[in-house]
Amino acid sequence: MSERPLTANIRSNAPPLTVAEYEEAGGYQALRKALTTLAPAEVTKLIKEANLRGRGGAGFPTGVKWGFVPMGADAPRPKYLVVNADEMEPGTFKDRLLLEGDPHLMVESMILSAYAIEAEIAYIFLRGEYVLAGKRVGQAIDEARARGYLGRNILGTGYSLQIYMHMSAGRYICGEETALLNSLEGKRAIPRAKPPFPQTSGLFGKPTIVNNVETLCNVPHIVNRGVEWFKKLSRTKNGGTKLYGVSGKVKKPGVWELPMGTTAREILEEHAGGMRDGLQLRGIIPGGASTEFLFEEHLDLMMDFDTVQQAGSRLGTGTMIVLDDRTCPVGMVHNLTKFFAHESCGWCTPCREGLPWLERILKALEDGKGATGDLEEIRTHVKFLGPGLTYCPLAPGAMAPLGSALNRWRDDFEKHIRERRCPWR
Amino acid sequence: MLTEEIKHEIEAEAERFERKQAACIEALRIVQMHRRWVDDESVRDIASVLDMSPDEVDSVATFYNLIYRHPVGRHVIRVCASVSCWLLGYERLLDHLIQRLGIAVGETTADGRFTLLLNQCLGACDHAPALMIDQDQYQDLDVANVEAVLEHYQ
Ligand SMILES: Cc1cc2nc3c(=O)[nH]c(=O)nc-3n(C[C@H](O)[C@H](O)[C@H](O)COP(=O)(O)O)c2cc1C
Ligand code: SF4
Ligand code: FES
Repeated sequence: MSERPLTANIRSNAPPLTVAEYEEAGGYQALRKALTTLAPAEVTKLIKEANLRGRGGAGFPTGVKWGFVPMGADAPRPKYLVVNADEMEPGTFKDRLLLEGDPHLMVESMILSAYAIEAEIAYIFLRGEYVLAGKRVGQAIDEARARGYLGRNILGTGYSLQIYMHMSAGRYICGEETALLNSLEGKRAIPRAKPPFPQTSGLFGKPTIVNNVETLCNVPHIVNRGVEWFKKLSRTKNGGTKLYGVSGKVKKPGVWELPMGTTAREILEEHAGGMRDGLQLRGIIPGGASTEFLFEEHLDLMMDFDTVQQAGSRLGTGTMIVLDDRTCPVGMVHNLTKFFAHESCGWCTPCREGLPWLERILKALEDGKGATGDLEEIRTHVKFLGPGLTYCPLAPGAMAPLGSALNRWRDDFEKHIRERRCPWR
Repeated sequence: MLTEEIKHEIEAEAERFERKQAACIEALRIVQMHRRWVDDESVRDIASVLDMSPDEVDSVATFYNLIYRHPVGRHVIRVCASVSCWLLGYERLLDHLIQRLGIAVGETTADGRFTLLLNQCLGACDHAPALMIDQDQYQDLDVANVEAVLEHYQ
């Protein structure tokens, strides 16, 4: 078994570690070490050297991001650290495991990361449906405060931090970091123009770092065990472990912490037990709903940021959705497009108008009411809602599975029009 | 009218923020926790507590999926309609619920027991299909085992 630092404390069907048990297992050591022996900038330096990349979907280097935050006595205050625990990407269920399974790791990670940027206030932006996670993290925050890990003058070092939890009222666009900040300010979650970037002007116009749950949970381990150890966890140049998940018609769907760069085939066959009997694999969406389909010929690729990108998709959230040979690809992209159309924030025209239009075309195809010209219409929209043409990446994300499905399964789309029905219903 | 209790809860949230308008979503959640949904009067009352216009509050209220601006029943069923649950046949489960309860999505049963809604991915994709009733989540559902789940909610 390879090492799995993020999930070492997680026991299935058992409550998470209490603060005492977590300390027993080595918890809050990294916090103590950093606060007593490392300057904030030294923590950031470690994260930079480890080349920890964001696990929220984009893979941006975390240490580099932290490095943009103004530091020292002249920096605007308060500064904020925000944990993005919105996890609304369809097919994604990895952050939930960490939040419910080891809430103290989340809390320690937040304190340590807030220290690195000298933040006074940290928020956890949690999706409203994650009720159990909310209870457990809330309890961990209280326990940590009672132990002196949180609040004023933490461990007698002079560093002070408050953590607040915000339960989201629910909207996928809240996961986009600038929309998230608007939501935390009590507004409609519309993305903001960048620049300015949140690192310098974020929540209430103050320097703010937004990071994903899984990203931050690596921080205490890097502080404890060091940069070289972290890099060696991985099979590729993108260091660390990764939470990989599989859903769809496989024998054992689930989520596992594996070395970064584990191949899609290993994840699918060894961990998820392969396809259910009688079913063949038709394609996978590798990293949550907004990534391009990959196929049989890609299964031996190492699932890391660089490799998946070279193959024409994205690692995204690392939780793959499997399409089998007895389920309709048009139906699947119809379901996905319906999601994106519903969740469009409505700010820019191509996304607000284009996504519902596409949803209606795809529904018509499924209902046997498709017309010649529909596929060209889809193709045009895939182009016009593509990267750089909308205000935020939601619309291009929606085009990723749709465009790649149409390229691969054009015959299936055409059959819907020709036969005036969905062949799989 | 907001009760004193609700008002205090909202004001406590507002104090945490640099601007009290930032507590708008918290305020809506608090009202909904007490009253199940947010009516026009509550929108106006929240606005006056937070120094906002009612339209500003409503623009926030109508943006979010989990804030209800229509009355709902004693229990709200939210069926996951996202991709992994679609692959595992949530539509059969939904059709069954529609039949069983005699209401369409978005409606409430005549006895006020259940409101039926769709929800986006619940983060239980490895145990699809999934749904929530009120604050509880249920996984690996099918037409056969969903009945026992409904029984818990009278
Ligand atoms: C539409 C949309 C939804 C997103 N949802 C999430 C989310 O739920 N969780 C998350 O961590 N990042 C999400 N992101 C990415 C964030 O904008 C941001 O890049 C991320 O939180 C940064 O953290 P990281 O560098 O640690 O990955 C989303 C992005 C977009 C465009
Ligand atoms: S692309 Fe869609 S979600 Fe993003 S700003 Fe435009 S309308 Fe909003
Ligand atoms: S798709 Fe239903 S729980 Fe994720």
